[in-house]
Amino acid sequence: MSILEIKDLYVSYGAIRALHGISFHVEEGEIVTLIGANGAGKSTTLRTISGLLRPDRGEILYDGEEITRLGGDAIVRRRLIQVPEGRRIFAPLTVLENLEMGAFTRDDKREVQASMEWVFELFPRLKERLEQAGGTLSGGEQQMLAVARALMAKPRVLLMDEPSMGLAPILVEEIFEVIEEINEQGVTILLVEQNAQMALSVAHRGYVLETGSIQLEGLSAELARNPQVREAYLGGG
Amino acid sequence: MGKSARELARAARVDIALDRRDGVVLNRLAQGLFALLGLGVMYVLAQAFAESPAIFVQQMLNGLQLGFIYALIALGYTMIYGIVKLINFAHGDVFMVGAFTSFYVISGLDLHRWPAWLWAGLPEGVVILIGTITVILLSMVVSAFLAMAMERFAYRPLRNKPRIAALITAIGVSFFLEYFGALPFVYSNNYITYTRPFEVTVYTAGSISPWAIGGAWGLFLLSLAGYLLLKWRSRQGDLRAQSWIRHPLLQLGLLLGGFFSVVLTLAGVQIETGGEIWDLSASNVTLVIMGSSIILQVILQYVVNRTKLGKAMRAAAYDKDAARLMGINVDRVIAATFALGGGLAGAGGVLYATAFKQVHHLMGIIPGLKAFVAAVVGGIGSIPGALVGSLIMGQTEVLAAGFISTPMRDAIAFSLLIVVLLVWPQGIFGEPPGEKV
Repeated sequence: MSILEIKDLYVSYGAIRALHGISFHVEEGEIVTLIGANGAGKSTTLRTISGLLRPDRGEILYDGEEITRLGGDAIVRRRLIQVPEGRRIFAPLTVLENLEMGAFTRDDKREVQASMEWVFELFPRLKERLEQAGGTLSGGEQQMLAVARALMAKPRVLLMDEPSMGLAPILVEEIFEVIEEINEQGVTILLVEQNAQMALSVAHRGYVLETGSIQLEGLSAELARNPQVREAYLGGG
Repeated sequence: MGKSARELARAARVDIALDRRDGVVLNRLAQGLFALLGLGVMYVLAQAFAESPAIFVQQMLNGLQLGFIYALIALGYTMIYGIVKLINFAHGDVFMVGAFTSFYVISGLDLHRWPAWLWAGLPEGVVILIGTITVILLSMVVSAFLAMAMERFAYRPLRNKPRIAALITAIGVSFFLEYFGALPFVYSNNYITYTRPFEVTVYTAGSISPWAIGGAWGLFLLSLAGYLLLKWRSRQGDLRAQSWIRHPLLQLGLLLGGFFSVVLTLAGVQIETGGEIWDLSASNVTLVIMGSSIILQVILQYVVNRTKLGKAMRAAAYDKDAARLMGINVDRVIAATFALGGGLAGAGGVLYATAFKQVHHLMGIIPGLKAFVAAVVGGIGSIPGALVGSLIMGQTEVLAAGFISTPMRDAIAFSLLIVVLLVWPQGIFGEPPGEKV
């Protein structure tokens, strides 16, 4: 059984339909990537899974349970966590408070403390800035904080929306290393990226999304060799 | 053909430039006029101060009472604006309902004396103290529920509609509460004499125990010393000190000690300057208003800065979708914000009615508007700004009434808004826009 299964999902913004019946699945322990151009519906897919948007039709199954109509907080409680596009950290809150917000739905203080230690191991730089306002961090540090904040919820599945956006190449490398490390520690990852090359280099499988429907799917290596994908997303030939 | 397209375009550009220059000239003129007016006001006030400093300071003491009541209302405006970007124009009416709740439980049920029903031999002071606190708390609870109901039924359905819809609804809710209150079977459309939960005592020189004055100074100096010590420690890089410096007890000591030491000293100690004897007074109503307003604000600061709910409020105020992705139930957080703001306004209502000894179904309008102006002056969205703005508002109002023109007091107080916004468009503690991307 897949840990996350999307079946025939239709989503609209008002009269404009953004997703035309997409289906895909993510197995436990995998990194799966959704690649596609701007406006292909990648973020819409993630927002719908997290309960921020209501689909017109279709089903979202998480660990065998239908979560399509659940509220955002119920989904977070099931440890299906999203790192939103553009980081979206809480700029006026301190780094520590941002991390605490990540653990908002968890009550066991000792376990939250353990997650905090885990996060500091992954991102030692954050530990030096605990009392600093989130908005004063650099772009790269903010992205680290956004990932760290999501990890504070102890995710089983992590949905990541464009983690490389707006980062310098060296930081992109760093963030993708972190993604692989998190995955090795047992977190399933659904990664949405415009940077198809990086995404395919870490993911096990991938789907290509174009104007609201899935055009191609396959193992990352296959997709990276596919002439259509190479032309559209990997900078030609 | 007379003019080429290029000439026409140039003429149009010149027109625009002229328009712009006219605008600048008008702005300068307006600023100059206000500056002149401000100078005039300063002159009148300085003259009044020179004539009799004692009377001037007495007026300022009276202004504190108003300022602290406005602060309780302004906090609600600022918090609700911070999280839903709505100016809740019905907020002043929540204040009115708080006042009426206390009116009913006091004159109908004698609730302010409830401890005496249970323990007959209890000293009068204790009965009144516990009774008054009960009345204030009860009015806060009723007002909090009213504010929550308002949010649930009037504003939440409009959450994703254009903001103007909620604003107009707020005005509608305001009228509803005001004129529902005027119905004969509810309140009345007349002024009603309010029974104070406690008797008024006026303290003058000699009637305040030196222990009280000394105590207030002690509290203030002790907290000030603590503050400076922590400030020094955190400069040295002590992280513990950095978090202790924002401790609510320290804030409480500073604010309570600071205001009480000054007021008690002025009222309780005989001062003589240049042949004039300062015969100042402060009533226990002023002291109760000051004390409860400060305590409630420190509690609010504690809730907003230290508790999980408060952090969720700040997170949701900054970014609602991101807050939802953390599993924060934003609807519930907004309801809690309305409840907190409503409760504070309710307490303000009780204190206002106690100070002025009457209630009326339209009593919320003017204090509500003034508190709104105070919140804007302080920087809407900022909690310390609400307190500072309200104190400025209270001072402006009493000084204008006392030394410039009593009938014009409200006009002068509201002009303060224009003057402050000319200088600080964001208000005193407001954050510049465009920070959030």
